[in-house]
Amino acid sequence: MREAPRPEVAVEVRELTRRFGDFTAVDRLTLEVRRGEVFGFLGPNGAGKTTAIKMLTGLLRPSSGDGWVAGHDLGRELDAIRRRIGYMSQLFSLYPDLTVAENIALFAGLYGVTGPRLAERRAWVLRMAGLEGRERRLTAELPLGWKQRLALGCAVLHQPPILFLDEPTSGVDPISRRRFWDLIHEMAGAGTTVVVSTHYMEEAEYCERVGVMSRGRLVALDTPAGLRRGLGRPLYEVETDDVLGAIESLRATVGVVDAALYGRRLHVTLAGDGPHGAASIRRTLEAAGRRVSRVERITPSLEDAIVALVRAHEG
Amino acid sequence: MGRPGVRLSPARLLAVARKEVIQLRRDPRSLIMAFVLPVLLVLLFGYAISFDVDRIGLAVLDRDNGASSRALVDGFRRSGYFDLVDRPASPGAAERLLERGSARLVLVIPPDFGASLGAGRPAPLQALVDGSDANGAGIALAYAEAVVADFARRAAGRGGPAAKPPLRPEIRVWYNERLDSRRMIVPGLIAVLMMIIAAMLTSLTIAREWERGTMEQLAATPVARAEVVLGKLLPYLAIGLIDVFSTAAIGRVVFEVPYRGDVLLLGAISFVFLVGAFGLGMFISAVVKSQLLATQVSMLVSYLPGFLLSGFAFDVATMPLPLRALSAVVPARHYVTILRGLFLKGVGLEALWPEALALLVFAGLGLGLAVRAFRKETG
Repeated sequence: MREAPRPEVAVEVRELTRRFGDFTAVDRLTLEVRRGEVFGFLGPNGAGKTTAIKMLTGLLRPSSGDGWVAGHDLGRELDAIRRRIGYMSQLFSLYPDLTVAENIALFAGLYGVTGPRLAERRAWVLRMAGLEGRERRLTAELPLGWKQRLALGCAVLHQPPILFLDEPTSGVDPISRRRFWDLIHEMAGAGTTVVVSTHYMEEAEYCERVGVMSRGRLVALDTPAGLRRGLGRPLYEVETDDVLGAIESLRATVGVVDAALYGRRLHVTLAGDGPHGAASIRRTLEAAGRRVSRVERITPSLEDAIVALVRAHEG
Repeated sequence: MGRPGVRLSPARLLAVARKEVIQLRRDPRSLIMAFVLPVLLVLLFGYAISFDVDRIGLAVLDRDNGASSRALVDGFRRSGYFDLVDRPASPGAAERLLERGSARLVLVIPPDFGASLGAGRPAPLQALVDGSDANGAGIALAYAEAVVADFARRAAGRGGPAAKPPLRPEIRVWYNERLDSRRMIVPGLIAVLMMIIAAMLTSLTIAREWERGTMEQLAATPVARAEVVLGKLLPYLAIGLIDVFSTAAIGRVVFEVPYRGDVLLLGAISFVFLVGAFGLGMFISAVVKSQLLATQVSMLVSYLPGFLLSGFAFDVATMPLPLRALSAVVPARHYVTILRGLFLKGVGLEALWPEALALLVFAGLGLGLAVRAFRKETG
C-alpha cells in the first residue's frame, strides 16, 4: 500500500484506524488534504476528531492504516514530520508559569529557531497575538483568547508547512474566535496547510472543505456549499410556546425526519416535499394543545446539513 | 522520538533546562522541597534519632538504707548513665513508676543488704527493667551490671583479702571513637534525604506536565525524549548536589561528625547516585502520570527501602538473609556505605569501588528507564 506521496498533497491517509480496546475511536479514515487548503474536521464531541489529529501529528500510533504528512510516512518518519508541522492541542498547553517571552523562547529553542530569524519571528508572534508590550506577563494571567493566539504563535514559530489545530477556539468568546479564524486564513493565504477540528458547526463555513465525523466514521467529505445542497429535504422553522414539548410531539409523528432546537425556535425536517408541509406541522402541534405562532419553510444552513448528517448516521 | 542514532541537540536540551529552572524559581512548593526540607530534616533527624542510651530514669527502693546501699546508689548516680528520678516507698509505688514510664529501671535493695555484705555473704539485688523498648532495656541492664560490678570490686578491695587485680581489656574503637550514634546516622541520613527529595521533586515536575497537557505539546515538537529527560535532570542534579553539601556541612558543624575523605569524591559519587535517584523518580512519574500517585509510588519504591534497608539506621548485617539479599539492590544502601566510608573512615575508591560500581549501574538503569518511559507517542 505504501507508495511515493504526491507533492500537491499535504496530508494523505488510507484506512487509518485507532482502537482503544473494544472501542473504535477512528474507523478506517481515508482522505486527502491539498497543500494550502483549510480543512475542517467537524462533528460532536467523541466523534473521533481529536484522535484523528493525534494520529496525524504522531502523538498516537494508529492501530492500522497508512498515512503521509508533509511527504513523510506516518509509520516510520515521525521525526521528519514533527519538524514540518505545528500543533496546537485542545487543552491550552503553553506553560502557565512562564511569561509570554519565555514561552516563545522555549518553543524557539525546541524548533531550532535562532539568531535574526528568532527576533523576526518573535516580533511577528507578539504582533499577531496582540501581545506587544506584554512580553513579561505570566501566561496564566492572560485572557483565554490571547492565550490561544500565543499558543498558535508558538506552534508556528518555525513556519511549518502544515498546521494542526485541535478545537483551537473552544471556550473562546465569539469575537476572539472570529479573530482566530482571520489568523488561520492569513496563514493559509501565505501557503500553510491548515487542518482544524471544531465542534462549532458554524465554523465549517470558514473551511474550504469539511470532513464530518460521527462515531469514529467520516460520514461526509465536501465543501460547505456541497454539504448544504446535500441536505435535499424540506426544512421548516417553527415558533411555539413550548419547544421541548413540541419536539416530543413532532418526533412521534409520521413524516417528520427530525426536530431540533435552534435557540428558541425549532427546525423541523420532513421526509417528503409536499405542498402542505407547513400546514401539517401546525395541525400536529395544535392537536397536541400547543400554540403555534409561526411555521415557515427556510433554506437549510450548514449547521442543519451537518446535524442531519450526524443524526442520519447515528440512526 | 529519540531513536538511537538521533543526535542530541544541545540547544533543545538547554531550552528544556532553562524552562525548568524558571519554573522552579517560581514555584514556592518546589523551592521549599529543594532547599528548606533537606536542612530541616537533617536537623530534625539528627537531633531526634539517637541510639545512645543515657540519662536512664532510675527509681530506688532502698529497704536497707545503710552506708553500703547508699554507696551503691551513689555509684549509679556518678556513672553518668542514670538519673535518680524517685525513691518509692513500696513495691507498688515502684511498679507504678515503671507503668507510667517515669522510671525505666527500678533497683530494689533488700533490708539485709549491708549486713550480708559485711558478713561476706552473697547480697542479692533486684533490678526491674521496662522491657517495652527491648533495645534500651538491654543497654540499661548492661550499664546497671557494670555499676554493680564496680561496686562489688570496691567492696571486696576494702574488706577481705586483697582481691586479684581484675583483667582489664584495653579497648580502642576505630572511626567513631566515642561510639556516638549521630556519627553513624548523619552520613546515612544524607542518602535517605536525597531519596526523598528526588522522589518528591521529580514527581512534581514530570507528572505536572502530563496533568497540564504540556507534555503533549512538547511531544509534538522535534525534541527528543533524551533531551527532555536530560534537560529536566540538569537543574535537579545541581539542586541535589547543593543539598548533599549543605547537609554534609550541617553534619560537620552542628553534629560534629568528622569528614575525613576526599570532598571531590563525595561530589562525584553523589552525582552518580543522584542521576539514578532522579532518573528513577522521572520514570515513576512518567509511568503513572499523576502527581499524587507518583509521590506515593516513589515513597514505596525508593524512600521506604532507602529508609529500612539502607543500613542508615538499622544494621543490615544482622537482618535475615532474604532482607540482606534484597538490600543489595537498594541503591541507598551502597550510598550509605560510601558516605560512612568518606565521613568516618576517610577511605577512597580503593575501598569503596564495589559500591561505586553499584551506583554507576543504578545511574545507568535510572536514566535508561526514564528515557524509555518518555514515549512521545501514547498508546
